[in-house]
Amino acid sequence: MTGTSPAVVAASKLGLTFQTNDGPVQALSNVDLTIGKGEFVSFIGPSGCGKTTLLRVIADLEKPTSGTISVNGMTAEQAREKRAYGYVFQAAALFPWRTIERNVGLPLEIMGLSKAEQVDRIKRTLDLVNLRGFEKKYPWQLSGGMQQRASIARALAFDADLLLMDEPFGALDEIVRDHLNEQLLELWGRTNKTICFVTHSIPEAVYLSTRIVVMSPRPGRVSDIIESTLPKQRPLDIRETPEFLAIAARVRDGLRAGHSYDD
Amino acid sequence: MDSFRDKLIPVTSILAGVVVLWYVFAVILNTPFQRDLDRRAGETHTLSEFIGKTLAQPKPTLPAPHQVAVNFFENTFLRPVTSNRSLVYNAWVTLSSTLLGFAFGTALGIIIAVGIVHVATLDRSLMPWIIASQTIPILAVAPMIIVVLAAVGITGLVPKAMISTYLSFFPVTVGMVKGLRSPEIMHLDLMHTYNASGAQTFWKLRVPASVPFLFTSMKVAVAASLVGAIVGELPTGAVAGIGAKLLAGAYYSQSIDIWSALVAGSVVAALLVMVVGIAGRIVDRAMGGRPA
Repeated sequence: MTGTSPAVVAASKLGLTFQTNDGPVQALSNVDLTIGKGEFVSFIGPSGCGKTTLLRVIADLEKPTSGTISVNGMTAEQAREKRAYGYVFQAAALFPWRTIERNVGLPLEIMGLSKAEQVDRIKRTLDLVNLRGFEKKYPWQLSGGMQQRASIARALAFDADLLLMDEPFGALDEIVRDHLNEQLLELWGRTNKTICFVTHSIPEAVYLSTRIVVMSPRPGRVSDIIESTLPKQRPLDIRETPEFLAIAARVRDGLRAGHSYDD
Repeated sequence: MDSFRDKLIPVTSILAGVVVLWYVFAVILNTPFQRDLDRRAGETHTLSEFIGKTLAQPKPTLPAPHQVAVNFFENTFLRPVTSNRSLVYNAWVTLSSTLLGFAFGTALGIIIAVGIVHVATLDRSLMPWIIASQTIPILAVAPMIIVVLAAVGITGLVPKAMISTYLSFFPVTVGMVKGLRSPEIMHLDLMHTYNASGAQTFWKLRVPASVPFLFTSMKVAVAASLVGAIVGELPTGAVAGIGAKLLAGAYYSQSIDIWSALVAGSVVAALLVMVVGIAGRIVDRAMGGRPA
């Protein structure tokens, strides 16, 4: 945790067990985690490690079966009701019948903002993700990377301080992904938001994060938390520096340790 | 346009095949009666004369395509549309109850679907009855509806429209239940993260997502409505309408009239389905659909 800023997310002894037809599955077990304001925290781990589940618990899309979770000092449910976070899914999940500007305006409509306020915020957030000029386009007219940028704009539109991102660039090719990583860092630097970012890419996690939470499966748990020593300003070629490679090696070791008893 | 050209040749070949077969069967089926006539008149004919006669009977067992075409043309274009022998007039009578019943049926179908999607009890209690309703032969139900409604003083257009409603609400209900349930989990989760109300999720997500399903089911429903309207005319002693024409034709063995009324019904059905299809495409385009 960085400094004395109040915790945006605080989880204590958090556990979640799904009841399935094949018996109970422990998706999360004993997760203790505190995320401070302005942090960029990545969750990395093999599939089944519960990284997405943890994000969904923070978002109140899943209810924990044990332990406690607080978001902005409230329960996760209260935080969701107060629209404390923007959520970006693995797919852009834009409504195909809405233009880009109306997609970005969707949360604003739901919150009942005035028309003028909506127009203003849509413009501002589309500028933020460099999608100016695409307001009237429908999602299918945009590339995958642009669609995902529009969905980030939608999550930013209502100015929540917390951004929850579930492998947002997982379906994109590496060149587009690099580009979006760069833009995301720049956006984070400008807006000072707290970002929780689920990924399965080590370079992506190391490049973006101030802290990397390494998770391991069966049961899903936190196996290591790595503080990044990289500066806040990160050009793409920082990924060739020894410092970057050292952090990446630590993450890799953490992943391997969590996996050692497996296969 | 390319798809039109791709379809043109196969469709016309099938049509040509059907017409040829039709002529063959017209000759075969009309032969016994023609032979009977010739025997009584003591006439003998060459084969080509005989075939010509089988295709020109006034009340043939199976009218030849050209006889139907001539009858259809005369009764459609050469008669004043106010004449009760005009196919345009009769088609209009049937069309008006079809459209009324279709409007009722679509509205009813949507209302039931909304209920089924939102109320778990209705999902379990109503669906089996709705499916059962369609297994009852409409021909048995139609006279009862007409009689019961007549007893409470409702006659004319509405009873026939009720039968159309009975047939057309079903596809709309099934289609709309599917459509209203079609949003992906991700979209529903997204609405949940915004703390959207049930009504907001309904209007902003479920309704727009169901529109393509609505139009697909409306195409089926409008054709079913027409069948309902025609069936509704049969037991009611209706004096006008395609169903009444069919019945009158059957009474007086006017087989050519029956067939041309059938053609009129088919033309109306094709036009209705086309209109719904075009409306669907216009709405799809307006909702940002990718041009095919």
